[in-house]
Amino acid sequence: MSFSEWLDMGGYALYVWGSFGMTALCMIAEPLLLNRSSKAIRQRIARLNRIEG
Amino acid sequence: MQSKLFNWFKFSSPATFYPLAGSIARFSWLITLALLAVGLYMSFFVAPTDYKQGEGYRIIFIHVPASWMSMFTYLVMAFWSILGLMYNTRLSSMMTQALAPTGAMFAFVSLWTGAFWGKPMWGTWWVWDARITSELILLFLYLGYIALHGAIDDKRRADKAGAILILVGVVNIPIIYYSVEWWNTLHQGATIKMNDKSTMDETMKITMLIMTFGCWAYTIAIAMQRVRNIILEREHGAQWVRELIGEKA
Repeated sequence: MSFSEWLDMGGYALYVWGSFGMTALCMIAEPLLLNRSSKAIRQRIARLNRIEG
Repeated sequence: MQSKLFNWFKFSSPATFYPLAGSIARFSWLITLALLAVGLYMSFFVAPTDYKQGEGYRIIFIHVPASWMSMFTYLVMAFWSILGLMYNTRLSSMMTQALAPTGAMFAFVSLWTGAFWGKPMWGTWWVWDARITSELILLFLYLGYIALHGAIDDKRRADKAGAILILVGVVNIPIIYYSVEWWNTLHQGATIKMNDKSTMDETMKITMLIMTFGCWAYTIAIAMQRVRNIILEREHGAQWVRELIGEKA
């Protein structure tokens, strides 16, 4: 079975990859957003520490 | 006199829980990546082709775990909400808040993958079926909680209001679960039954369970990371936070 045949998913390519693709998108975006907000919180606290000394 | 066998409240203070949440998150991430790698490989290369739906049925390997997680996460949020209301422990409400976005994500994924499975098999992206409609209500409950909690400035009041909303909405979970029995609408019945033999090929079942545990570990890892952010945000004035973060971040 060639790669393109496998990719075709027996004609259901749009539906299978539409499902797994969206899920992957969500489960990758969520941790990235979480890390970004973690960094933002830490920077804000560090700035508060600097100001209040 | 401390006669209790185990001091349940040892980890209920954010300061002592913060480092523990970090190690749980790291450990859960390892399990998540391992399980999802094995699960995805089995989903596409090990599980056999379905006699009726061909390759299209493989969507089950993400649709069912996401749907289970969307319901289970809500029950865990209800548990923390009860604890938060009973003991007035801040960390319980923080856990509820930490789980909400992930629960909402899985409810959305459940609806999305369901639609992408329904189109080829039922011929429609959407139908006002009992289970699909109650899952949509679940998504709105999640989003409603996030909006309600975010809208109230005083976090203690936001926690209380949020906990009550979650507990009012918890009746929706059995409705989703039993909807396929009560109303005989389009969505098929439970394939994995707790009471008797499941009507599913062994390999397919194992693959689906591995994916489910993978999504479970993912939810724990994300919730632990997010609860750390919430703790830092709420306790930013506390001495231990200031020392932890220091002057440079």
